[in-house]
Amino acid sequence: MNNITISELQERATSIRKNIIEMLHESGSGHPGGSLSAADILTVLFFHEMNLDPKNPKLDNRDRFVLSKGHAAPVLYATLVEKGFFPKEELFKLRKINAMLQGHPDMKGTPGVEMSTGSLGQGFSAACGMAIAGKLDKKDARVYALLGDGELQEGLVWEAAMSASHYKLDNLTAIVDYNRLQIDGFNDDVMGVNPVDDKFKAFGWHVIEVDGHSIDALIRVFDEAKNTKGKPTAIIAKTIKGKGVSFMENAVEWHGTAPSEDDKAQALKELGGEK
Amino acid sequence: MSKKIATREAYGEALIELGSQNKDVVVLDADLSKSTKTAGFAKNYPERFFNVGIAEQNLVGMAAGLAAAGKIPFASTFAMFATGRAFEIIRNSVGYPNLNVKICATHAGLTVGEDGASHQALEDIACMRVIPNMTVIVPADALEAKQAIHAVAEMTGPAYVRLGRSGVPSVNEESNYQFEIGKGVTLKEGNDITIIATGIMVSEALEAADILNEKGVSARVINIHTIKPIDQEMIIKAAKETGAIVTAEEHNIIGGLGSAVSEVISEGYPVPLKRVGTMDTFGESGKPADLLKKYGLTKENIVDTVLETIKRKK
Repeated sequence: MNNITISELQERATSIRKNIIEMLHESGSGHPGGSLSAADILTVLFFHEMNLDPKNPKLDNRDRFVLSKGHAAPVLYATLVEKGFFPKEELFKLRKINAMLQGHPDMKGTPGVEMSTGSLGQGFSAACGMAIAGKLDKKDARVYALLGDGELQEGLVWEAAMSASHYKLDNLTAIVDYNRLQIDGFNDDVMGVNPVDDKFKAFGWHVIEVDGHSIDALIRVFDEAKNTKGKPTAIIAKTIKGKGVSFMENAVEWHGTAPSEDDKAQALKELGGEK
Repeated sequence: MSKKIATREAYGEALIELGSQNKDVVVLDADLSKSTKTAGFAKNYPERFFNVGIAEQNLVGMAAGLAAAGKIPFASTFAMFATGRAFEIIRNSVGYPNLNVKICATHAGLTVGEDGASHQALEDIACMRVIPNMTVIVPADALEAKQAIHAVAEMTGPAYVRLGRSGVPSVNEESNYQFEIGKGVTLKEGNDITIIATGIMVSEALEAADILNEKGVSARVINIHTIKPIDQEMIIKAAKETGAIVTAEEHNIIGGLGSAVSEVISEGYPVPLKRVGTMDTFGESGKPADLLKKYGLTKENIVDTVLETIKRKK
């Protein structure tokens, strides 16, 4: 665990959000809504929870983070920059030809990216494999997978969920970014995923619900996950899609639209606080 | 010829050997361990065996995660489900990140037999060879299968090994055979035409060559066990030296060995070519031998196709 205050973490989250807006404006395409909703979760993981060394991304006993909702790549990239894995300039080449930062995470090209993801459900399944490897190697390192709530519609998610409890992967924590929206609208209208908590419980998981924007609450639930033995933990993080930028909040049209110059200026103004 | 052994049997034996040689080798199966022959590994190394249940997508996804964390996972189920149901996971979570996952699928082709068309993968070679980074191997006999499994364990990167349910005669000599990924094997010299075969059709090709010899046709027989990367050099040389090629495989004529060889010679040295394989059709239930006959995968079919093709030589 890293020694950092709540207000410092909040500043990190703001900086990450600003970088998300700037990089998406620059790239002209990408996914702001689901990136902004996950910013506080990644902040707590990367700056408080996980054992990582940006100077040695392949550190033997590191914790691993898998962005199973790979379309939220901007929040991962902004977090990796904030943590010092690669220079900020890379952010502004996002999605451009010959760039390191691909539209969805590419583990081969990007330091700190543990798994290539983008096709939903697959990162979670891979995270289960990583957790098994950790058990085999008797490591105390943990694996974290961030899933979207829409992603839970993928059958593979439940194949993986079943195996994680079967193999008692208590070194695995799944976080569901529960922002209630997907490309075509509200989950409830497209294909209902509720009750998410009962589904994971029925699959043998320890389940915790949390305000996904409360830094101190996130810290507490990651602690609880770590101290839960014999079963994996699913954290249902109640979030707001587009969190932090008023006109993006809960707005389905900001799932996969890049901000214009004016949008960017307005968003940065709202996010305010300098790092 | 010696007694027939299925390539899946050799796979099971090879896994047990690998289990003792390399602690990083792990095996995953999807509730078919008795059929795929991973059960032997499971018995010997239970802590490194993971039965994921009837969940082929997760079979491959978890294998990818194990590989990302430094393990050497062998993932097994029937060829149909491995390459069909889990195709996109193989493509995006194994091929794209170039992870060290070995997909070793059994019960490929018509020789599944009685289970019928739903279980007879006739498109798996095509599906796997279009994935960048993927090595594709189709062993012809048990000896070759065993060596191939050791070879894919030693290489780094994704590999697909196609294994069969039914016993096949041995085509390689035990004493001096040395399998090498990407290197074809000339099993019989000949000057008039070359039969390029893979998997169970290699032994049929050898018998066809004997029949052709009696008819005064000197047919070269090449075993292309590695469909990708394919031995272009050997294929072009055969085209140049024999002037005609017939391919033979237990797979749809679209997308498999025949297509791969056509690609090589049409770009490198065009000569008349004809493909023996299933004619873009599904199989059905039946005894393997009856199915091979009905769907045109016998030595007689190869002989007829050779005689037809040789007429087109300039």
